[in-house]
Amino acid sequence: MIRIDSVTKRYPDGTVAVDRLSLEIPDRSITVLVGPSGCGKTTTLRMINRMVEPSEGTILIDGKDSRQQSVNTLRRSMGYVIQNAGLFQHRTIVDNIATVPRMLGWGKEKARARARELMERVGLDGSLAKRYPYQLSGGQQQRVGVARALAADPPVLLMDEPFSAVDPIVRKGLQDELLRIQDELGKTIVFVTHDIDEAVKIGTMVAVMRTGGKLAQYAPPAELLSNPADAFVEDFLGTDRGIRRLSFFPSAGLRLLTAPVVAVDATAEQIAARGTSEAPYLLVTDVDGRPLGWIEPGDLTAGGVDATRLVSYGRPFLAGTDSLRAALDCAVLSPTGWAVGVDAEGRVAGVVSQQAIGEAIRGAHAEGRTDAQVAR
Amino acid sequence: MSGFFDIPSDLQHSWLGLIGLHLREALLPVLAGLLIALPLSQLCVRFRWLYPPVLWVTTVLYAIPSLAFFVVLIDYTGQTELTVMIPLTVYTLVILVPAIVDGVRSVPQETLAAATAMGFGPVRRYVQVQLPIAVPAIIAGLRVATVSSISLVSVGALIGNQGALGNLINDANIYNRPELAVNAVLTMAVLAILADGLLVGVRLLMTPWMPSGARARRAQRPEPEVAAR
Repeated sequence: MIRIDSVTKRYPDGTVAVDRLSLEIPDRSITVLVGPSGCGKTTTLRMINRMVEPSEGTILIDGKDSRQQSVNTLRRSMGYVIQNAGLFQHRTIVDNIATVPRMLGWGKEKARARARELMERVGLDGSLAKRYPYQLSGGQQQRVGVARALAADPPVLLMDEPFSAVDPIVRKGLQDELLRIQDELGKTIVFVTHDIDEAVKIGTMVAVMRTGGKLAQYAPPAELLSNPADAFVEDFLGTDRGIRRLSFFPSAGLRLLTAPVVAVDATAEQIAARGTSEAPYLLVTDVDGRPLGWIEPGDLTAGGVDATRLVSYGRPFLAGTDSLRAALDCAVLSPTGWAVGVDAEGRVAGVVSQQAIGEAIRGAHAEGRTDAQVAR
Repeated sequence: MSGFFDIPSDLQHSWLGLIGLHLREALLPVLAGLLIALPLSQLCVRFRWLYPPVLWVTTVLYAIPSLAFFVVLIDYTGQTELTVMIPLTVYTLVILVPAIVDGVRSVPQETLAAATAMGFGPVRRYVQVQLPIAVPAIIAGLRVATVSSISLVSVGALIGNQGALGNLINDANIYNRPELAVNAVLTMAVLAILADGLLVGVRLLMTPWMPSGARARRAQRPEPEVAAR
């Protein structure tokens, strides 16, 4: 565990970058430091590997003062990923990744074999091994940066705005990839970002910092969204934190109706038997059970469907896997106000109305309150 | 009538001998200048305040005519090659120091921070990261220094027989053989072009990592299997 104990960084000109900050960073999880520029988040990160020395306070790594070991030994035990990757432009991809193992005295072949293994792990094609950084896209370079940080299998990974310089689609891919790698490797990751959405998405714990290097709130993302500590945190979270918070509620509890679902090849008797008083529409599926669209019960006849009569079903959510946010989004996308839940193969698992989702949300709030009371 | 390549005997060298002498007197100062400029530049990078005064001193030294240098040096080093090479060495600094300083400074901040974070000490970082990335800038400086040094060697003729191909121009005057002057100028020009081309070649060999011209376009074309993914 990394323990930051009332650490202050004051520069010779009197500027205080970090002000009596205390944080306990749990092992094998992602802790995100987030805040506006000038809040001292990068300074905090750099104090962990002593690229910046604290003016006051101590940083304990597994109970030991970080100043007890030599600075280069400390740094080689922590992977570091930086914005724009910071690759060595004069070295090939494979040699970039092999840098720290080589410094630790590994043989050239062993280090390169390890580098190729890591390229695969971060989703880079092996044919890129002998390329130089300028021949790679920004997203690929950032993957190399992550692979390079992981090369010597350090227990700790420090990431300084690693994905801010790539476009949103690439960024989402890199975030998902990081979460996947983290599932496999279980590193202790400290991640700096100014993007609260990124923080909420990837953080196990999120530390919101405010200008002047003060900690505003340190909490898991769901709690951050439901209980912002003060107006600053609330403001920083943005206007749609209620909707975003739904990402943390599973859709598994939703009661999915199958009664209004009817296959396109159904007979007249089958059609007559479908439907329910709860749902004003029928959901037509193809013969494999994949959704085609909503239809007024009277417009559906046996032996085919008039495609022009179909009403859009929006974008289905994965029943049980997706969050209530995805289910609600699906319901508001369809003019019918109903969401379609599908299984992994895309077959309809059932449908659910906005009202039912609303009830599930109120239920989740009630549970959240109970949890909070128990915790207190 | 003497031929184009008949060198007067007072120069005590054949044409090829003069070329060898010329190259030695021109290139050794560049090498010596590089050896001085490297640590000097590193000091200037490390201590920013040092760079302006260093730049000022090298510029002033460059402004001193070589004849003035010879007058001072001749008391100590005599009418030797060394007397020619010392000023030439000093002159290279005005080109090499800024080239190396700019080259080393051009290494991106992220690259330096990444190196530090990976546990590179200052020396290792300089040798393994900053210097290799500065190679294109250093060689660009060396090209200018080399070409200028090849042309400047001629002034050695002022202190007797130390101007190599430059003395040929002097002899053209003495013996009224203008073809010797043409020979000297042409030979020096060819030497300069060849030396410059050689340095370009060295640069290409040392920096396969640099995007440049046709090579970069070829390298950037994705392989079909990768493109298909």
